[in-house]
Amino acid sequence: MPTVSFMNVSKSFDGVSALDRVTFDVDDGEYLCVLGPTGSGKTTLLRLIAGLLKPSTGTISFDDEPVNEMISQNRNAAYVPQQYALFPHLTVLENVAFGPLARGRPESEALSMAMKSLELVRLAGRPTAFPKELSGGMQQRVALARGLASGARLLLLDEPLGALDARLRLDLRHKLRQIVKETGLTAIHVTHDRDEAMSVADRIMILRRGRIQDYGNPKRVYDRPAGIFVANLIGGAAFLEGVVEATGGDSSTVRLREGVIVKTPSHLLTTNEPVIIGVRKERTRLADYNAENIIEGDVRETRFLGNSREYVVRLDNGDTMYSRQFQEGKNERFRIGDKVTVGFDRSDVLIFAYPPQGLGRELEIV
Amino acid sequence: MRGVSKAYGNIKALDDVWVHIEDKEYVCIVGPSGCGKSTLIKCVAGIIQPTEGEILVDGHSVLNVPIEDRKIGYVFQDIALFPHLSVKQNLSYGLAVRNASANTVTTVTNEMLDLVKMRDRSKSYPRELSGGAQQKVAVGRAIESGSHLFLLDEPLGALDALVRAELRYELRRLASDLGLTVIHVTHDQEEALSIADRVVIMKGGRVVEVGKPAEIYHSPQSLFTENFVGETNLLEGTIMEIAVTSCKVKVGTHMMSVLGKGKKVGQKVVVAVRPEFITLGSAVPSEWECRIKEVSFLGGLTRYTLEDDGGLEILAHVPSGESSSLRIGERTNASFGDGEHMLLFDYPIEGLGKELALE
Amino acid sequence: MYSIAIAFFLVIIVIPAIAGILVQLLTLPSLALSAPVLSRMSDAVSWSFIIGLIVSSLDILAGIPLAWLIVRKRGRWTTLLDSLADIPFVIPTVALGFSILEFWSSSSGISSIIGVGSLISPGSLLIMLLHFAFSYPVIVRVMVGEFLNYRETYEVAARTLGASAFTAVRTVTFPILRPGILAAFLLALARSLSETGATIVVAGAFENGTVFIKNARDAGITTAVVIASLVMIVLSLVIFALIKVISPRLKLGPMRVWPGFEKKLSTHSAENSRDFFSILVFVIFVLLPCLFIAFPAIEAVGGGTATEAIAGSGPWKAFWSSMLLSYGIAILATLVNIVSGLPVAVLIARNQLNSKVTKIVDALVDLPIIVPSLALGVSLNFFWGNMGALPEFWVIVLAHTTITYSYFVRAMSASIQGIPPELEESARTLGAMPLRIFRKITLPLTKYSLLSGAVLVFTRSVDETGATSAVAKTLKTAPVLLVDWIKGTVNVTAPERALGVGILVLTSFFALVILRLITLRGTKKG
Repeated sequence: MPTVSFMNVSKSFDGVSALDRVTFDVDDGEYLCVLGPTGSGKTTLLRLIAGLLKPSTGTISFDDEPVNEMISQNRNAAYVPQQYALFPHLTVLENVAFGPLARGRPESEALSMAMKSLELVRLAGRPTAFPKELSGGMQQRVALARGLASGARLLLLDEPLGALDARLRLDLRHKLRQIVKETGLTAIHVTHDRDEAMSVADRIMILRRGRIQDYGNPKRVYDRPAGIFVANLIGGAAFLEGVVEATGGDSSTVRLREGVIVKTPSHLLTTNEPVIIGVRKERTRLADYNAENIIEGDVRETRFLGNSREYVVRLDNGDTMYSRQFQEGKNERFRIGDKVTVGFDRSDVLIFAYPPQGLGRELEIV
Repeated sequence: MRGVSKAYGNIKALDDVWVHIEDKEYVCIVGPSGCGKSTLIKCVAGIIQPTEGEILVDGHSVLNVPIEDRKIGYVFQDIALFPHLSVKQNLSYGLAVRNASANTVTTVTNEMLDLVKMRDRSKSYPRELSGGAQQKVAVGRAIESGSHLFLLDEPLGALDALVRAELRYELRRLASDLGLTVIHVTHDQEEALSIADRVVIMKGGRVVEVGKPAEIYHSPQSLFTENFVGETNLLEGTIMEIAVTSCKVKVGTHMMSVLGKGKKVGQKVVVAVRPEFITLGSAVPSEWECRIKEVSFLGGLTRYTLEDDGGLEILAHVPSGESSSLRIGERTNASFGDGEHMLLFDYPIEGLGKELALE
Repeated sequence: MYSIAIAFFLVIIVIPAIAGILVQLLTLPSLALSAPVLSRMSDAVSWSFIIGLIVSSLDILAGIPLAWLIVRKRGRWTTLLDSLADIPFVIPTVALGFSILEFWSSSSGISSIIGVGSLISPGSLLIMLLHFAFSYPVIVRVMVGEFLNYRETYEVAARTLGASAFTAVRTVTFPILRPGILAAFLLALARSLSETGATIVVAGAFENGTVFIKNARDAGITTAVVIASLVMIVLSLVIFALIKVISPRLKLGPMRVWPGFEKKLSTHSAENSRDFFSILVFVIFVLLPCLFIAFPAIEAVGGGTATEAIAGSGPWKAFWSSMLLSYGIAILATLVNIVSGLPVAVLIARNQLNSKVTKIVDALVDLPIIVPSLALGVSLNFFWGNMGALPEFWVIVLAHTTITYSYFVRAMSASIQGIPPELEESARTLGAMPLRIFRKITLPLTKYSLLSGAVLVFTRSVDETGATSAVAKTLKTAPVLLVDWIKGTVNVTAPERALGVGILVLTSFFALVILRLITLRGTKKG
């Protein structure tokens, strides 16, 4: 029995559609990440689940019971907005105890529930502090504890790490998931940071302009993305325009600009159909002559990314490809101007039908 | 910047900062919130006056020069496009206030519109544009005012993570094409590493370290830098033996051989290894036998959290093609390679927690 | 709950205000006015608007630099300046009128320094000086608020692009703040049009709209009273609507800059002379005339009048019962406003009902402020008094409630809007019902605004002269009584006059000190 399910849910504001026929399930205890650019409808989704908005059409159910008409107070879904929304005039303990007290628990019980939650998030040491005295990371934990203490079964986290520094986010994202998993709650975590989503999600849902683009576990979405937008969002790739040259099992090929032939996995497209092929940056090797596909070019740009280096290679036929190399160390293997070959296997090639609105539009992160 | 300090009452926002920036260099200043990076460039711009120290631009002191005469382009974190002016008017503001001729204004503005690819939206107002578009206009506006020195205060901070990654390269390209000298402040170390010629690391009002991106990442001078820039494993240990160029360090129940000089036997140290230099596998020769605690798929890499029998936790990033068969609960060997990528640091006097603190 | 509050609002506040005068108009025996009366009326009404527009413009020119000074140069002196700028608020307008009369006009004022019998005799010029003084704090308050909320980054951005400080402010800050400046202007205009008590005191033989209406009423020419009131109400509404609609649409012309000149205006010395002049104007035209009343009042204390006052002999008996009446009415008006205004404030702030309804209610709430209070009083008197046959006391209470309603609702709704909606939303998802949210979240976070809104209503009610004089036949509130004392309608000696005014000022002063303390505590905790 799924904890939350959306059936064809749409939501419009004054005629502008924010969500369009969204259908999905979240299982009990699952950690779902909703990934999408600003304006894709992620916050609207969360607010619909929280009961702060009503769907224009469609049904939202909790445990198979429709809840469209149920008020927020009864939904047992704790909503943690991006700025945490801690009550500034209450202490940490009073904030966390707010939920149980609101639900009618006697004060002593509410306070002990609150302390338990604070211990879970490892912030039991400052119960009498006021929110403004705490750092961003600590405030986030108080907001989390408040949600946990309220007896909610469902945690709705709206960009929980958005207000924090990049380095802090890196540390806290795993701790966040850990705490949630320890309590066994179901969590829906909205974010625009793809690294964050990939590293903590059991399943990822990608939203764009109010519609679900893809939905599944991180590995599947990475290996077999449902479209160019998703492929670009999850992991970045080089996208090249081409035309199907030959189809049929092992001999599927695509012809790129200037006659460059690429061996591809089998697909269902027809000969001479215009396509876009995508090759993940991490799946290409430079100067590897054992790859199934080898294309020549020269290095145009090198980008140091810390644990890896990204080479921007201008292929001889005019296309651009990227190659991300890990474990290189301090010195780059190739310099700008060097001639190299870009190698990749046929199984690493993603094929998509040519998008009706053009490649540029598909790649726009909006 | 020479010996620049800025005190607010008892709080030192900047403490004796010395930084030298070359012509046409692209320098990123990185650090956690509150490290003073914004305060520093505001001093350079003239928005804040330092309490001590000297700031020289092209060899001349600018301390008594008002903001408008410093000829410095500034891009704000909250973008600050004038809401009552259109894109075109925003762009040409810098020239308009200097009473440039109408011809000059039109020509340069059109150039700028093309540069930031906003020709078709020249009559739009800021509130009608997306965050990324607004920031491009803000950059264009700063460029059009004719400066050669640019100060960018978290220019990509207000944008989606997805847009940031692309825009930063565009920014860098623009700076190179136009031959600009740029000081770019950010809290995102990946951003800094990917586009800077040199990186300045700041913490608590002080400069911790300065260097090229690859140096900062692979051979940092300070433990804070090692931890702040990218992910790392920090293993506490004690020196057991010293040799000419390396030492033997006892970490938990293991002995490690690490390159390092100038240490004493019995000294407490910290061994640092980046997760991408750890190899896993039962066939891997190593005395580090661990149990896999967590697995996280990151795309090109898979992230493993492992725990050895003594309770020490290590983090490994393995290219996703290899060792995909490792699952939670399994046991495997972890190898740190031949010590080439291991760094040795003195144990910080104030304790590890304080040294690494980000808030 | 909202429907009840809105119903109350409409039935008690809006409808009587408009209906009263309309019905009165319709039931008049004849609409004919004699030619001289008609020309007097049209002159008087035009003068009201002319004076209002001139004074408001001057106030803007003088008040903005002071507000700028207060905000941009935070320090001990400017905080003092901030409090001093509030003084005309503290003093009930009646007292203000008297003080200004003494300062500019009487032989013991400024005239004695210059050696003239009376520098500025009662009349149009004196009215302008009066209106300038009491609208000044309105401008300063509003502009201080605007400057505090303004993101200075815009100005800094302009300067990094090469604009001198003066240019940056002229081409960026002021255009962005245009709505705020406009709001301040309209507020000053409303006050000028509305003011009755003090204006009567300084008008002498001159007549502006409100003076005319009062005179006509005293003379019993009801037709003139009704028509003049109606004309003022309609004209006020029209002018406000026009200004509000047209101004935002006014396109800013192409930017013209004179870099060299404007740079000179940005220097420190230019800044300092500007600051000096604005303070000078403030002191000469606002501060001194307001405080001047202290002298005769203190003299009166010394002269033995004080003991008489405390004993309650002679005219003081009537004085104390008037004070009692004023405070009683003020308390009632405040309570009614809190209870009825709170739901409406929540409604406006949180857009609880259909947005069209909210917009309408929002616009209507401003009605009592825009409409000149004397005219409003005439209308209300007719509605409640003649039509509703309510006893005089209650008519006065209702009049005060109507006039002060907007202050409370505006203060509360602004402060509720200041609470991020996420707080209340989170509370809902944590299981809290609306009443609990109001009690535990909204109220604690706005309690300072609630208190200051209440004090504002209270002082405004105590101060209220215009509508009260339209309504009152036998009962006299303190300010109305004092107008009589000053104009000589009731015979009192000069020291008695001064002391009476002094006592009224003192009590209002205490109320406003309390207000200041409350808001200061509020901002510290915030």
